Amino acid sequence: MSTTTETSLLAAQLPSRFSFVRSRDFPLIPLLILGIIAFVAVFADLLAPHDPQVGSLAARFHPPFWLAGGSTDYLLGTDQLGRDVLSRLIFGARVSMVVGFTAVIFAGVVGTTLGIISGYLGGWVDQVIMRVVDAWLALPALSFAIFLAAIVGPSEMNIVIILGLVFWTRYARIVRGEVLSLKEREFVRLAIVAGCSKWTIMRRHILPNVVNSAIVLASLMLGVVIIAEASLSFLGVGVPPPKPAWGVMLSDGKQGLMVGYWWLTVFPGCCIMLMVLSSNLLGDWLRVKLDPQLRQL
Amino acid sequence: MKQFIIRRLGYSLISLIVLSLTIFFFVRVTGDPATLLVEPGASEADIAAIHHQFGLDRPLVVQYLLFMANLARGDLGQSFYYQMPVSELYLSRLPNSLLLAAVAMSFSLLIGIPTGILAAVRVGSFWDSAGKLFALLGLSLPSFFVGLLMILFFSVYLGWLPSSGSGTALHLIMPAFALGWYFAAAHMRLMRSSMLEVLGSEYIKLARLKGLPQALVIGKHALKNALTPVLTLAGINLVLMINVAVIVETVFAWPGVGRLLYEGVSFRDFPVVQGVVILGGAMIVVVNLLVDILYAVIDPRIRLET
Repeated sequence: MSTTTETSLLAAQLPSRFSFVRSRDFPLIPLLILGIIAFVAVFADLLAPHDPQVGSLAARFHPPFWLAGGSTDYLLGTDQLGRDVLSRLIFGARVSMVVGFTAVIFAGVVGTTLGIISGYLGGWVDQVIMRVVDAWLALPALSFAIFLAAIVGPSEMNIVIILGLVFWTRYARIVRGEVLSLKEREFVRLAIVAGCSKWTIMRRHILPNVVNSAIVLASLMLGVVIIAEASLSFLGVGVPPPKPAWGVMLSDGKQGLMVGYWWLTVFPGCCIMLMVLSSNLLGDWLRVKLDPQLRQL
Repeated sequence: MKQFIIRRLGYSLISLIVLSLTIFFFVRVTGDPATLLVEPGASEADIAAIHHQFGLDRPLVVQYLLFMANLARGDLGQSFYYQMPVSELYLSRLPNSLLLAAVAMSFSLLIGIPTGILAAVRVGSFWDSAGKLFALLGLSLPSFFVGLLMILFFSVYLGWLPSSGSGTALHLIMPAFALGWYFAAAHMRLMRSSMLEVLGSEYIKLARLKGLPQALVIGKHALKNALTPVLTLAGINLVLMINVAVIVETVFAWPGVGRLLYEGVSFRDFPVVQGVVILGGAMIVVVNLLVDILYAVIDPRIRLET
């Protein structure tokens, strides 16, 4: 890709402390995109030109400003209720960021903890946890999430919990595998001889050694989780309207698609794609950088 | 071999039990299941009747055994909206899902296998990078966005293909492509790595030493062995496709199992939602079991492992 040359040119001017930035495949552009989305999400109130939840019915279906009939008042047009698409995208970034990161972290904490316990304690604890992991992994992630959402009802908080419940199994399985081999290493045996309790060993000796894998996995899961959230919102069991989530916008825009109101689906879709693409690229880079063993993931 | 099959059967059985426990647990723990099992707007008396009918006033253990007994008889409850048993409803939609999955699978193999071979044969070349980019896009473009873009382009602007529904072969093209897209990337990645592995083996070197042309070495000798893992994955993915098509089927109004799940959610038809999820999980457990056994038949080394 031509972006790599740009990246290295830019990186050459940075101070040496950031020397890792100079490496040929440092994902500067994905990082920038994620940074911009995060910035927009934090300062949504200041950046959005209009209220994302209130529109005027007089201003329905305005096209983006460069098309005939569009105005600079609504840069990216308006939707079926006359709400400003740009403002909704800006606030939607907040939903995606908050849900995506909290769900990944929630799943990561639960999965890593149970993975360590399962791998280190072994025995029946391991059996119970791993049988649950096996069974839950067999459930198609999206169907499972829809099922849970149908029971607990839609809200942002519930989505985070649901996605955490659906995705912790992947961390647990990988972390357990790592713990099984760490357990046989000298430093763990010495800790046992030195009289450390099981909990101390898990916390002080095992945990720091699996954190890298958990972080790599988290970065790879971010894209999956964002797509899952958008899918749930798209199906109407995710973030409840009128809250602007990109998935909700896509499903609202679907009706307008046949009459040619393309901006209602293309813009939110591109936002999802950019965010997922960036986190996948970042995850790939982290994987190679932090944990060569996970390369085949 | 017998021992291996028995052990794997045991694991699958445990998985199925844990699955049913999970579903049972979540339905019971998150509130009164009666509110999920009656139609919205039902009266107090109706709810009380449901409590009695489904034994919700009895101890949890008894409830679970009842739930399992019904499952074992293939009774997944009654759909409120369609007024018919969920299992019948599911079976009536399954052929559509299978058709969609089969066509989507052909698309994904037709794209994935040639690009994977090309990327493996020309490692580090333009084709390899193009393949990597394609694989990345496959993982990053959500299927609903691909679907909506295709509707916009092929139905709205060009007017070539119907935007939704079913009936003709034309209706199949877009949903099958949107569904196969993601899997094409996975198949391409596996095809590439498996081809690379085979190309490094002794017998390929021998074939080259014999002076066989490149096309014959790749197309005949290498492909035969490199294809096995890809086809295994394709077998598993076919079942997975039936169960992950919710979004694509919703976008294109394709009357499959996934659409049934969506209808279940939007009509608050809880028995349907529960039934589709249980059957989907069970289907995948069974396929995993079959693949494990098949592997053991092919490769004796696996049988000896624990």
